[in-house]
Amino acid sequence: MASESVTLWGRFLGRSIERVEDAALLTGRGRFGDDLPVRADTLHAAFLRSPHAHADLGVIDVSDALAMKGVEAVVTGEDAKAHTKPFVAGLKQPIKHYCVAVERVRYVGEPVAIVVAKDRYIAEDALEKIHVTYQPLSAVVDVEKSITSAAPVLHEAVGSNLLSDRTFIYGAPDEAFLDSDHRVNITVRYPRNSCTPIECFVVVAEYDPAKGGYDVLANFQGPFTLHSVMALALGVPANRLRLRTPPDSGGSFGVKQAVFPYVVAMALASRLVCRPVKWVEDRLEHLLAANAATGRVTRIEAAVNNEGEIIAFDIDQLEDCGAYLRAPEPASLYRMHGNLSGAYKLRHIRVRNRVALTNTVPSGLNRGFGGPQLYYAIERLMDRIAVRLRMDPIELRKRNFVLAEQFPYRCPAGALLDSGDYQRSVDLAVTDGKWQELLRRRNQARAEGRLYGIGCAAVVESSMSNMGYITTVLDAEERARVGPKNGALTIVTVTLDPLGSVSVVIDSLPQGQGHQTAIAQVIAEVLGILPEEVAIESGFDSGVAGWSIAAGNYSSRFAPAVAGTAYLAASRLRDRLSRLACQHLNVATEKLEFADGKIFSSDNPANSVPFRRIAGSSHWSPGTLPEGLEPVVRETATWTPPQLEAPDASDRINGATAYGFIFDFCGVEVDRVTHHIRIDHYVTMHDAGRRINPALLDGQIRGAFAHGIGAALFERFRYDDDGQFLSGTFADYLVPTACEVPDPIILHTESPSPFTPLGTKGAGEGQSMSTPVCIANAVADALGVDDIELPLTPDRVAALMSDDEPSFRSAGAK
Amino acid sequence: MRRLNAGQRHLVQFDLNGKLVSEESEPRLLLSDFLRGVLGSTGSHVGCEHGVCGACTVRLNGRAVRSCLTLAVQANGERVETVEGLARDGVLSPLQQAFRRHHALQCGFCTPGILMSLAELLDADTDVNEKSVRELLSGHLCRCTGYGNIVRAALDVFAEVSATEPAPDA
Amino acid sequence: MKPPVFDYAFVEHLDEVVELLAADGGEARLLAGGQSLIAMLNMRLIQPTLVVDISRLPDHDFITLKEGVVEIGCTVTQSDLQLWPGLAESLPLLKRALPWVGHRQTRNKGTVCGSIAHADPSAELPLCLAALNGEAVLYSSRGERVLAAHELQVGTLETACEPDEMIRALRFPRAVPGVGYGFGEVAYRHGDFAIVAIAVLASTEGVRIAVGGVSEKPEICEWPLMEDRFLNDALNDLAWKLGTTEDQHATAYYRRSLIRKLGRRVVGEALACVG
Ligand code: FES
Ligand code: FES
Repeated sequence: MASESVTLWGRFLGRSIERVEDAALLTGRGRFGDDLPVRADTLHAAFLRSPHAHADLGVIDVSDALAMKGVEAVVTGEDAKAHTKPFVAGLKQPIKHYCVAVERVRYVGEPVAIVVAKDRYIAEDALEKIHVTYQPLSAVVDVEKSITSAAPVLHEAVGSNLLSDRTFIYGAPDEAFLDSDHRVNITVRYPRNSCTPIECFVVVAEYDPAKGGYDVLANFQGPFTLHSVMALALGVPANRLRLRTPPDSGGSFGVKQAVFPYVVAMALASRLVCRPVKWVEDRLEHLLAANAATGRVTRIEAAVNNEGEIIAFDIDQLEDCGAYLRAPEPASLYRMHGNLSGAYKLRHIRVRNRVALTNTVPSGLNRGFGGPQLYYAIERLMDRIAVRLRMDPIELRKRNFVLAEQFPYRCPAGALLDSGDYQRSVDLAVTDGKWQELLRRRNQARAEGRLYGIGCAAVVESSMSNMGYITTVLDAEERARVGPKNGALTIVTVTLDPLGSVSVVIDSLPQGQGHQTAIAQVIAEVLGILPEEVAIESGFDSGVAGWSIAAGNYSSRFAPAVAGTAYLAASRLRDRLSRLACQHLNVATEKLEFADGKIFSSDNPANSVPFRRIAGSSHWSPGTLPEGLEPVVRETATWTPPQLEAPDASDRINGATAYGFIFDFCGVEVDRVTHHIRIDHYVTMHDAGRRINPALLDGQIRGAFAHGIGAALFERFRYDDDGQFLSGTFADYLVPTACEVPDPIILHTESPSPFTPLGTKGAGEGQSMSTPVCIANAVADALGVDDIELPLTPDRVAALMSDDEPSFRSAGAK
Repeated sequence: MRRLNAGQRHLVQFDLNGKLVSEESEPRLLLSDFLRGVLGSTGSHVGCEHGVCGACTVRLNGRAVRSCLTLAVQANGERVETVEGLARDGVLSPLQQAFRRHHALQCGFCTPGILMSLAELLDADTDVNEKSVRELLSGHLCRCTGYGNIVRAALDVFAEVSATEPAPDA
Repeated sequence: MKPPVFDYAFVEHLDEVVELLAADGGEARLLAGGQSLIAMLNMRLIQPTLVVDISRLPDHDFITLKEGVVEIGCTVTQSDLQLWPGLAESLPLLKRALPWVGHRQTRNKGTVCGSIAHADPSAELPLCLAALNGEAVLYSSRGERVLAAHELQVGTLETACEPDEMIRALRFPRAVPGVGYGFGEVAYRHGDFAIVAIAVLASTEGVRIAVGGVSEKPEICEWPLMEDRFLNDALNDLAWKLGTTEDQHATAYYRRSLIRKLGRRVVGEALACVG
C-alpha cells in the first residue's frame, strides 16, 4: 500500500525487481564467514571470559591447559600488552582497553584468555583448565549511580566514571523559558539492548612474518575509521592489515562493528602461533560481551506557549557506554546532535551531554544508533505536552513542524534538513492510515471497559553521517588542535572487461539489505543493460577496493552515498563511452541513447551498436582510439557532499547528508488478564526520498519495525546489582518471533533529496527510532500513566496497574 | 548395543538429501557441526546452539528438528534433508520461489532453517492458515525481515499447492 | 558452546539401558529427544561420562489405551502424541497443553517422558501429569515401580528417580465423563517457558487446579464447587500462597495477578466443558 504511487523514474530505478542475491541464499549456497574454506593448518580459538563484573586479575595459570593434547597456545593480557596497544576511541582518555583484559576486568564476559587449539571442542575443553585468581571489586551497573562519588571507579587513571561533560547553548534558551507560558518536562531511561544478528562474529586471522602484516577475514561491517583503530592497536601501517569480508553476512544492524577488538585478538593469536587462527563467536559470548546500544537517562523540558508552540528545549543526557569507551563512541550521543530539535522548528536549545562508564558490556553501533534514545525522550515529551495542553497530539506536532517551504532548513544545532513536507506526510498518514477509525475503535473499546490506547511519533531519520560529527564532543579549541574532521567520502568503481560486461566494486559491506540488487539497477539504468548482467563484487577486500574511513554499512549510507556514487561513476563511464560510440555511429554524443543493450541514435534507433562492443573496445584496440580519447575500461567515482562541514566555532554540526521523515501511529490494547500488549493497528509513513527498489526499502522498514517492537516490548540486557548478566541466552534475551511482530501498514511520500546524486535518502533505521516511542505513547494513553519504561514486558505493564491488588485473606481455600 | 568411546571417531552414515554420506565423528560432535564442518554442507547455519533460533533446522526422517540439539552419531542410519536438497535440477522449489517473489529473506542466514520447517508443514499439514504459519515460524528467529513477507510467501505457496492437489479425503 | 567429552551408547534393549545406568554410578545421562539435555551439554552445565541414547529403543513408541489410562512409552515424541488420533477424546487436557510445549521443531524430537524426567518447574507436561494425578513407570535392574506424579517430581529439575532408574512409560488418566478440562498459560513469547501455567479439572463436585511456573514443582489445590465470589477469594489466597517467586523473568506481583486472573479464566473454561 502506498499513499503515493511509486515513482518509476526509469526502466529499473523505482521498480521492485527480484533480488540478485536470492538464488544462492535460498539454495544453501551462501558464503558466510564460517562457510569459507580455511588453510589446512588453521587453529581454532575460544575465549575465557571474566565471571566478575569488576575485579583485579591475579595469577592466570595456563599450564594445565597448555599440557592438553591439541592445545597450541594460551594468549593472555600479558601478550596483548607486549604486542599490541590499547584501542583509541572518540575521546582522548587514559583508558587502557586491550583486546584481552590487562590487570583488571570491568564487565562480566570480558576476555581474559584465548585458547588456541586444534578444534573448537578442544579449545573449550582447555578453558576449563585455566586457573585464574580474581580479586573482586565492587561494581556499578547503574549509570546514575556510577557518576556519584560513592561509586567504584572503573579506570583509576581517569579518576572518575564521568568521561565527558559538555553543555551547549543554541539560541537563547534561558530567555525562552522565562517567557514561556508552560514548562513541561519528563525524565526517561532508555535501556541497553542489542539487535543480535542471527550470525555471530567470525574472524580468521593470518600473520605473515615475512611482511610483518596481517590478512584477516572478518564479517566486519565498518565504519572503516575502525580499520585505523585496529592497525594502530596492532602497531602496523594500514597497508599491513588486509581486511577482507565474506561474500555474505548474516545481518548486522550495526552490531558487527564490534568485531574489531576480536580482529586484533585473532591477529595477535595468529602472530604468536604463526598459523592462521579462526574464531566463531557463539551465542552466549555474543549476548554476554559483543555489543549493546548505549543506555541513556534523559531529562527534557520544553518551553511552550498557550498556542502549543514549542519555543525551546532544555535537555540533559547521561550516556551509559559500558565498561570501556570503545570507538566510535561516544558517537551514539553525538550522531543526532545537529538535529536535537527533531522535526520541529523551535530555535532555542540548551543541552548537557555526559558520557559515563559502568561495569557492563561496552556500547557500540546498533540500528538507530542514538536515535531511539533521543526520540524516546522528545516524542514522549510531545505526548506529555499534548496531555497537559489538552491538545490533539497530531495537531500539536503539526503546529511545530518545520514547514515545507523552509527546506533546506538549518536547525539551531546545525543540521541542514534537506527536504520534506512533514505536514503533508502526516495528513496522508491520517487519511490513508485511518486515524479517525482508530479513534472510534478506542472509544468503542473503552466503552466496553477495555484498555485501549493510541500513540504517535514523528522522527527525522538522518542518513549518511558526517565523519566529523563525533568531534562535537571536543570543544572548539581541542578541535582546532586535532584539525577539522568532516565529509563522508564514498568510492565506487565500475569496470568494463574485454567482452564488454560490467563489474562494480562498492564500499558498502552489505549484510542482507540487497545492495547488489540496487546497484545493479542503478548501473543497468545508466548503461542501458539488464541488472542481471551487472556483476557486483560481494566480498570486500581492503587490499583491492578503493575505500576511505567512511566505508561500511552504517548510518543508512547506502542509498544516498553508495547508490549515488555508483550513479556518478556509471554516468561518467557512459559519457566516456558516448565519445567512443559517437565516432562509430557518426552521431553527436547528445543524441546517443543507451538502452536494451545497445547504444543508438535517438533520431534513428536503427543506427545502433551493441553496448558490449563499445564497452570492450578499449581492451582490444587501445592504439586506435579516436584522437584525444583515453581508453575506457574503468571509472572510479569519489563523492563527498559539500554540506558535511566540520563543527563550527559555536558547535553547530550538520551530522548527516540526508534527512528522511517518519510518522507512525498505532492502536494497542492491554490485556487485563495477561497484561500483554496487543498491537492492533500500526501505521508507518515514510519519506526516504527517491526509492531505488521499493521492495528493498519496505524490507528495511519491516526489519527496523521488528527491532522497534523488540525494544518496545521485550529486549533489555539485564544485570543484577553486582553486575552479573541475566540475559545470557536466547531464552532470557527475548527477540520477537513471528507471533509477536504484526504487519505494519507502510505508507510513503517522496521528497527527493537535493543533496544526493539520485535524490535518495537512507532508510534503514527509522522505525527503530519511531516504533519504541510510538508504542510507549500508546500504552501511556491506554493506562493513563505518565512514566513508561521500556521494554514493556507484561510484568512491568502489570506493575503500572498494580494499585488494585486484593490483599491476602486467610479464609477461602481449604 | 553400540558403545562409542569419548575422544574417538566412529563411522556415521546416513542419507543426506538422497545420497549416502559416510564420515567419522566423535560422540560429542553436533549434527550441525558434522554437516557443516565434516561434510562441507554449509547450507544449514548455526545461530545459537541452544535450540532457540532455528537457523540449524534440518529434517530428520521428514521432521524438522534442531541439528544443534542432535548428535551426529544419532543420525546414523537415518534420513537427513537440508536446504541443499530443496531445489531439483537447478530449479527452485515452489517454496524457494515464493520466498524470492515475496522478498522473504534479507541476509538469508535464518532462511535455510525456515525453509526446512515450512517444507515439513507443506508435506504434512492440510490445514494451513496465517496463525499456524506464524506458530510454526515462532520456532525461528529472523532479525531482518519482520516475518510478514515470510508468512505471505508461505501462504502463497500453500494456496498454490492446495489448488493443484486433490483434497486428501476426496 | 560445544559439549564436553562423553561416551555414547546406542541401546536396543531396555535391560541394556538399566545395566549401563547401574554400572555408571550416576554419571550417565539418558538421551531421548535431547532438547534439554543437549542444550545443557552445549552450555557445559552437565558433564556426564556416558550418554545413553534411548531414542530408538524398540517397542517404546507406544501410545496405548488401557483401563482408565493412556500409557505412553519413552520414545514417543511430543509431536507423536499431538498427532495421535485419540488425543482429543482421551486426553483433552494434553490436547490443549501440547501446543504450548516449545515449538513444533522441538516437539518433533522432544519426548513426553523426557519432559517429565527433566522436571522443569514451568514446563507444561509435568503440570498436566500432576493435574491429572498420573503416574510414571520407573524401571531399573531392580525391577519396575510406579510413582504418582506428586511423588515423582520433587524439585526444580529433580525427580525421585534413582540414578539407575529410567522412566519407561507414563500413565495419563483418561478423560472422565462429567469432568471439564482447562489449560491456560502466559509466556512472554509464543513457545517460551511459562511465567504461569494453569491446568484445571472441573466437575459438579469441585475443581482441581494445578499451577506451574511459580515454585519448584506444580502446585495442586482442590476446592469444592463454590460460588463465584468465593472462587475469587480462593484464587486470591492461592495467589498469595504460591505467587511469591521473583526472578529475572517476572515479578512476584505479576505472578500473583496471573494466578488470580488466568486462574479465573481457566476455571471458567473447564467448567464450561463439564458435560
Ligand atoms: S543453532 Fe540450533 S536452534 Fe539456534
Ligand atoms: S533474513 Fe536475516 S535473519 Fe532472517
